[in-house]
Order: sequence, then C-alpha cells, then structure tokens
Amino acid sequence: MMNFDVEKIRAQFPMFAGKDKPLIYLDNAATTQKPQSVIDAVTKYYSEYSANVHRGIYAISEKATHEYESARTRIAKFIGADFEKSIVFTRGATEAINLVAYAWARHNLNPGDEILITEMEHHSNIIPWQLAARDTGATLRYIPIDETGTLVESEKYINPKTKLFAITQQSNVFGTTNPVKELTEIAHSFGAKVLVDAAQAMPHLMVDVVDLDCDFLAISGHKMLAPTGVGALFAKQEILEEMEPFLGGGEMIEQVTMETATWSEIPQKFEAGTPNIAQAIGFGAAVDFINQIGIEKIKDYEGEMTRYAIAKLSEISGMQIYGDLFCRGPVISFNVSGVHSHDLAQLLDMENIAIRAGHHCAQPIMRKLDVPATARASFYLYNTKAEVDALCEAIEKAKWFLATD
Amino acid sequence: MSEIQQLYQQLILEHNRNPKNFKEIEHADCKLEGYNPLCGDQITIFLKLENDVISDIGFQGKGCAISKASASIMTTMLKGKTKAEAAEIFNKFHKMVTDGTIGENVGKLEVLAGVHKFPSRVKCAILAWHTTMKALDEIKAEDGKR
Ligand SMILES: Cc1ncc(COP(=O)(O)O)c(C=O)c1O
Repeated sequence: MMNFDVEKIRAQFPMFAGKDKPLIYLDNAATTQKPQSVIDAVTKYYSEYSANVHRGIYAISEKATHEYESARTRIAKFIGADFEKSIVFTRGATEAINLVAYAWARHNLNPGDEILITEMEHHSNIIPWQLAARDTGATLRYIPIDETGTLVESEKYINPKTKLFAITQQSNVFGTTNPVKELTEIAHSFGAKVLVDAAQAMPHLMVDVVDLDCDFLAISGHKMLAPTGVGALFAKQEILEEMEPFLGGGEMIEQVTMETATWSEIPQKFEAGTPNIAQAIGFGAAVDFINQIGIEKIKDYEGEMTRYAIAKLSEISGMQIYGDLFCRGPVISFNVSGVHSHDLAQLLDMENIAIRAGHHCAQPIMRKLDVPATARASFYLYNTKAEVDALCEAIEKAKWFLATD
Repeated sequence: MSEIQQLYQQLILEHNRNPKNFKEIEHADCKLEGYNPLCGDQITIFLKLENDVISDIGFQGKGCAISKASASIMTTMLKGKTKAEAAEIFNKFHKMVTDGTIGENVGKLEVLAGVHKFPSRVKCAILAWHTTMKALDEIKAEDGKR
C-alpha cells in the first residue's frame, strides 16, 4: 500500500514493542491502543503543568487551560465544525448521548412524540432513549435491520411525530456504515432533530458535521487512540445555547446566589466540575496523530485489510460471518460452528491474540441473529495482513483442540 | 500442565462434545431458565424430586465448553442426592472455582478447578449450578405453600 508504512506506525505504540510474542490486538472496536505521543501528552501535563483549568491566575493553569482548549479546537476542526464552542468534553460517547437525553430530550419531548432509533444500536444509544421515553411519555420506535445488518425501509419510520432520530454511523457488530446524511435530510424535512453516534465511525472515516448536517454527534476518544475517560458531544451552536444544563456544579455557572444561578457560556455550561484535563489533552494528541497519517489513507488501508480478512476467514469450514460481506467498516463478527465464541477467545488468548466474544452491548442484534454471542475481530491502522493470517491459523487450531469436525 | 490445559482438561472437552443429561424432562417438578447477561449464554434446568431426593435432572441451552461441561458434570453428581447434599456440593464447587480450594470428596468436579485462574469464566462454570440451586429453592417454596 503506497505511503502507508504500517511498521513505522506500529513502532510508535509501546504495547507492540519488545515482546517475544507480540500482541495481536484485534479488539479495536472496544478500545484502541495508544501511541507514544498520546501517552507523552498525558505525562507532560501531569509532570510539567499540572493545574486546574479556567481558574488559576498563574502560568501553569494558563498553560493547562490553553492546552485543554486547544484540544477542543483540534477536535472541532477534525469533524469540520466551524465553531469550537460547539464541542463539549464528556467521559465518552455514552455520556454525550446521555447529555442529550437529559438536557435536550427531557425538555423537548411530550407524550405522543416519537424517538426513532435503529435495531443495530449499541446499548448506549438505546437505554438513554428508553429512559427518556419513560420520563416524557414519548414513544420509542426502531428501524428494523435484516440479517445482513442493513436498515430496512428507514424512510417509512420517519414521520411528523418523530422529534428525535438517533442513529449509529457505523455498527459495532456488523461494521455497516449507515447513510446518515440522507436519513438526516429526511428527518429534518419532518422537523426532527438528529443525533449521530460516531463512536465507531470517527476512528475510521472522515466525519464532517457540516456535510452530515446532524444536530448532535456523539464522539468516543478512547476508540480513536485517545486515553480512556474522554469523549465529546458536538451540537449545533443554537441548540446548545438553548439547552438546559446537564450536571450542576462548579465551572458551569456565571453567578450564584442562595436561591439560583445563571449559567456560563457554552460549552462550559455543560462541563460542570473539574474535567478530565489530561485525557482531553491526550485526545488532542490522538487527533494530531491521525491527521499526520490522514484519515482517508487509514480508511483505504483498513478497507483492504478487511476485504482480505473476510476472504481468508471465509476459507475456514464452519465459518459464519455476519453482516454484508462487501460494504463495511473494519469490524467482523463471526461464529465457527461447534466452537463457542468464549472458548475461541480464550484459546486465541493463548496465542496472544485478543478478540472480543459476547453480545457486544447489542443484545437486540443477537436476538435478531438468533445467537447467544459472536466472536468479533476489529482492526485499526496498526494491524497487518500477517496478523489476519495468524488469526485464521489460531482459529483452525482452536477447532482442532475442541475437535468439532 | 499449562493454565489453559488445566482449564480445558480432557474430561471437560469430552463433556462438551457429549454432554450427559442434555435432555428435556417432561413433567419436571421445576423447569427454570438461567441467563448470563455478560455473554448471553442461556440454560434451562429440569428437575424431578422424589421425597427430597433429586430423582432426575437434565439441562438444555447454549453455552461455551466450560458452561456445558460444568452443567453436564453437575447433573451426574446431583442425581440421587438430597437437597441438602446438593447444597453442600454446590458450596464446595463454588469455593473451588472462585479461590481454587479443592475440598474433600469433590470427585470429578476437580477438573473444573482450573477455572479459578480465569475470573471471566467463573460465571460460565457457575451458571448451571446457580440455576439449579434456585430451582431447588423454588420447589421448596412451593412445598411450603402446599
Ligand atoms: C456504536 C457505539 N456507540 C457508543 C459506544 C460507547 O462509547 P464510550 O465507551 O465512549 O462511552 C460504543 C462503545 O462500545 C459503541 O460501539
């Protein structure tokens, strides 16, 4: 692959360095490894300018504030947002979605309104809406999926009652990339607000909020090389300004009396308390790392590897791969007949290969597929075809070990 | 033996391939479903009691080798035991898979001792047992009502 030196990239990840049997990490949809530059950014904050943000009148606090805000600006730029104050730091995509469910949905939904989601959502884009529906009297509806992990007749489910449409841009089980731009346009034509869960999409493809025109975008940092404990919510400026606060506390207030308070400007209005400063700064470094390589190149590289992996895995007898075989992100869920995914993951661990086994926080999908669990291999920019080969070999070995043929 | 060999002992692999008492029991005194929310595994236990003695026990469901073998071995151990004896065996088993202690007279159960080194698999091994203990409790509760 031109211009994509995977060995050079791998060399920047301490988790892959200096082991006799190097880690083959294929659980990137759960969380990714961190490059040295991200680790360094975190360490540097703690060892050189550790201080709270937006508070101290002294140099290291100014520096911490500057770095924290600069990370926000770089994340905004990464998703094409023209206003950095429309980025609210959160703990992750889950908190971003909950923020919208509490601060927007509970103040804007009424009995009879509909919240529309899809059957391929992660639990984090299901449960907040179940709770919001329960509290507001709104109805929660689902766009169904077929066995290939594709939405079925989405347009039919969007109607004038739809007040909020929340959809994942990429499935963490099937890897399906959804036509969110087209669906957003339809939802907007009915006056609905649209939340896009970009937790799985953003690490792998260009996400542009102006192009998508979504009202909210939920972002997970740790799935795109950033530390755990940080993510973000993008929301359109006018919506954020009108929204009620989420958590109350320090940092988010302007004036406080014994009875009441007025709120800070956005985005501080939504960042009560001391934020995850080091992690946010690390997130900025992660975005820099991805930008240096180029998200388009990452997408092409992963696309080729995914096609290769599907072809290789398909050669294994008893292999069932879920989802559309051709059109997908770098996430492959599968089962091997006679080998339970738990046993497979355990046996692969002996070969130092990390895959995921289970329901992937998507029980409605498992029910649809009528399986209790699947195995899942998910790739990122540091994985190689040689690792795919090792995976396939280890699967054959596990089959032999459990003697299922 | 490596840890993984201790986990997947020959006997476990055999029970996984050919589980014992992998059957439905018609007219069971209690039929109870157990579920492992962590992995989605599901098991159904069927129990028949005669004067406080487990006269028949069977299971059905979907699970990994560890959960299937554990269920299979369990059924062979509990058949013919009283409720109190069953509870005692369960306690020994529970201790063994959580901290590795191999108590007296654990018999074949010993092959599951390796599980304690794999905390994420303890739930797999224990699912059938928890479900059975709960089923026995339910029968007790119903007896009380009668
Ligand atoms: C599609 C999807 N949405 C949301 C999340 C939750 O993200 P976070 O861990 O950042 O809260 C995940 C993580 O597994 C995911 O796969």
